[in-house]
Amino acid sequence: MTAVRVRGLHKRYGDVVAVDGIDLDIQRGEVFGLLGPNGAGKTTTVEILEGYRGRDSGEVDVLGMDPGKAPNSWRDRIGVVWQSTADTPELTVAEIIGNFARYYRRPRDPGQVIEQVELTEQAGKRVHALSGGQRRRLDVALGIIGDPDLLFLDEPTTGLDPEARRRFADLIRGLAAEGTTILLTSHYLDEVETLAGRIAVIARGKIVAEGSPKTLGGRATAVSTVQWVGEDGLHTIETDTPAKAVADLYAKSGEVSGLTVTRPTLEDVYLKLIGADDE
Amino acid sequence: MSENVTLPSVTEEPPPRPAPARFARAEPGRALRLGLVRTGLETRMFFREKDQIAFVFSIAVVMLVILASIFTTRYRGLDVTVSQVYAAGLIGTGIMAVSFQNLGISIAVERDLGGLRRLVSTPMPPSAYFIGKVGSVFIVAVIQIAILLGIGVAFFDLELPSAIGPWLTFIWVFVLGLASMTMLGIAASSVPRSARSATAVITLPFVVLQFISGAFIPHTDLPDWLLNLSAVFPLKWLCQGMRSIFLGEEAAVLELTGGYELGRVALVLAAWTVGGLVLCLLTFRWKDNRTK
Repeated sequence: MTAVRVRGLHKRYGDVVAVDGIDLDIQRGEVFGLLGPNGAGKTTTVEILEGYRGRDSGEVDVLGMDPGKAPNSWRDRIGVVWQSTADTPELTVAEIIGNFARYYRRPRDPGQVIEQVELTEQAGKRVHALSGGQRRRLDVALGIIGDPDLLFLDEPTTGLDPEARRRFADLIRGLAAEGTTILLTSHYLDEVETLAGRIAVIARGKIVAEGSPKTLGGRATAVSTVQWVGEDGLHTIETDTPAKAVADLYAKSGEVSGLTVTRPTLEDVYLKLIGADDE
Repeated sequence: MSENVTLPSVTEEPPPRPAPARFARAEPGRALRLGLVRTGLETRMFFREKDQIAFVFSIAVVMLVILASIFTTRYRGLDVTVSQVYAAGLIGTGIMAVSFQNLGISIAVERDLGGLRRLVSTPMPPSAYFIGKVGSVFIVAVIQIAILLGIGVAFFDLELPSAIGPWLTFIWVFVLGLASMTMLGIAASSVPRSARSATAVITLPFVVLQFISGAFIPHTDLPDWLLNLSAVFPLKWLCQGMRSIFLGEEAAVLELTGGYELGRVALVLAAWTVGGLVLCLLTFRWKDNRTK
């Protein structure tokens, strides 16, 4: 079952092309990561899928409907995690979550959601008194209170400390385990790598690679580097067949010191994909 | 680091979900119910924002106490004091402050801080948002007027009418005045480009209208051309309507035309209400200024 299907999506702002022909397929139950540098077109793409922004051309189907024309009831099935609740500083956590629950036709139980995002102790606190991590979890609570089939998370852990990020990741995994389809965007490689089952890398408005964190950009089959220290210093060979190279090396020289076999890290692959090394 | 993380991915089937029910597009009952929910929420938020109360709620009260204390002379040959003129006219200020100024600023801030985009991504009917705004403004306005009338009666010789007629007039002047100012406030909220500029952008026209419409300066001291200019805007008519109720027939000679012109008051305020509503429908933006 497909949750999101996009074909030939285009969007420009004046002379600036933000999205330049994107195709996407996201299956039900999948955690899909859209990875790319700032300004690559991630947020524009996601906002079009959410129905918040219009598009210039292309086919978009989200949960069986065109977000640009979907009726109000379609919004019962999507959840959007927006950044910050700065607009309601004087409401308490319980008030704002309880209130949002009433906008949906089949919401989750507010008390359970508060528990799930670990804000039980802060339920009576006003929003302005929350820490950054707590606010972010409140944002998630408001995104999932309607019990969505599809959840959008745009740059979810920006500004969180490592401990808060870890707890946030656990929360997202919990939602995924319940069957919620999740589309997350980020420019943090490790965040997407830990959370997403599949990744698309977006740069200059185009998808430049797609795959699992392990296979992205031909990472699984990319050239490996075999290095060792011989009597005359450091040796480096690049090879498609690292196992054979090591076997040959052993047959010739026996045990060598300082032997390593390395593959490009996801970061290497990513930087190459987004063209960071040409700039 | 990803080796030990197992994630539900393409291979794992999601648990079945109940099929989404079909709902009618227009649900007036639901919009009204959620509008009342939002009225409660908006009112609560208003009274918790101490700065907002100080800024919006008390401006008419402070001006009344100051102005009506300074200017106390009696109009020649009439049983009417300048204080009384202030007490009546500043009700117009109070109504405009809690509606136009309050909404113009608070919606602009809400839009800039992401509150509107958060709401528009939920299935809340957009009309519920507006019902909430109108409802909370109505509650705040009733409290505002009760306070202003209380002060006027207690300290500045304001007399509450004893007949039913003026009170009926009061109700329609209040409702039309509040409705027109509310529509204009919602429409004006689209003008400021950011939360930071909202107060300045909205307050300037607010204050200018107070001066030229006979609220901060008695209409009897304003040159005719200025009163004619202010006649284009609703505040002058709202203040005039209020004076007709609290100053009585005798003081009608103080008006520019020698009468309260209630028919024109109704006409102008109703026209601004309708025009303001149309303006809102045409210009209201759920998106922030960064979204094109």
